[in-house]
Formats: sequence, C-alpha cells, structure tokens
Amino acid sequence: MLLGRVVGTVVSTQKDPSMTGLKLLVVQIHDHRAKALEAYAVAVDAVGAGLGEMVLFAAGSSARQTKATEGKPTDATIMAIVDSWDVGGEIVWNKEEE
Amino acid sequence: MILARVIGRVVSVRRSEGLDEATFQWIQPLDEAGEPAGRALVAADAVGAGIGDVVFFVDGREASMALPERFVPIDASIVGHVEEVGSPAPFPRHGPVAGA
Repeated sequence: MLLGRVVGTVVSTQKDPSMTGLKLLVVQIHDHRAKALEAYAVAVDAVGAGLGEMVLFAAGSSARQTKATEGKPTDATIMAIVDSWDVGGEIVWNKEEE
Repeated sequence: MILARVIGRVVSVRRSEGLDEATFQWIQPLDEAGEPAGRALVAADAVGAGIGDVVFFVDGREASMALPERFVPIDASIVGHVEEVGSPAPFPRHGPVAGA
C-alpha cells in the first residue's frame, strides 16, 4: 500500500454507471519520512476519510476487493485511516500532533 | 516475491471491513546485495515480522491470499522471514534500518 494525505475531492456526474455513489478523493502520496511527493492518485474511499487525513490505499486489482468496489472499474481504494507511524523506533508522524 | 527490510510500523484504528486483525509495516525493498532499492511501501504482515528483519513480500492481488480474510483490499503482504540469502555479496539478516 502507499500512504498519502487526502488533499481534495473529485466531483463527477458523467462516469461509468457502476461507479455511482462511490466517493472519490485526491491523495497526495507521502514517503516514510512524511515528505509529500509530487505524486497523486484518485482513489475510492472505503473507510469514510476526510480532507487532510493521512490514509493508506491499495492499488491494482486489490482495490476491487471491498463490498463497495467489487466488480467496478477502480484501481485505487482507501482502506485505512492512519493515526501514526514510526520508522526505526521513532515516531515520524502522529495525527494528535498535527 | 521481493526481498525487503521491515523499517517501521503504521498505526491505524479505522480500516476497511475484514482488516481488523491486520498489522501494517513499512518495508524497504532490497536488491540482491541487501541494499535499499526503490521507495518504501506499507505491507500487511502475515508472519509477525519485527523492525530490522529481512523478509519477502508479495504484491498485487495475491497479497490478500496470505491473510485470514482473503477478500480484502491489500496489495502487499509480508509472507516470509528470510534467514539467509545465497548471494555473492554480504547480506546481513539484521542490521540498521535502511533510510532511518
């Protein structure tokens, strides 16, 4: 999975009919040092993520393995909201400290 | 499968259905000499790996097959501990966390 911050929402009325009702978010990918990368993905939200939250998303055919996305043309699904992470035993990012 | 070193842990309370038991680790892919290769990513841990361990992981849809609940949105899973790699270059099983 890749980790990123939700930086935007996508509104689309004209789309594949099977995607009706799916919430689409723009995620800016971050590295393990919490550095924002110049890389973005549009992902289906399966956990109720909000703007500004750090999330994990699954890409490729794994993205279809939720009740909401099964059989639908999606290749990125937000499947977890991140509370904190550490690298080498040191906390790198913590939601509480934002 | 790809060799990697476990470099960190991700804490997440709110997850998609079926992922309640999963633990998420930051892993750094390694080359044949045990050097970092490419960008770190987050994987579900199916074997109970610890920070600094060398492991191998599977990516893509197969990743969910290593987990108790198979119909889950997981695209990378740690599926094995590495004790030894037969490689001409020295390959430390435990060592400093790459990129830390």
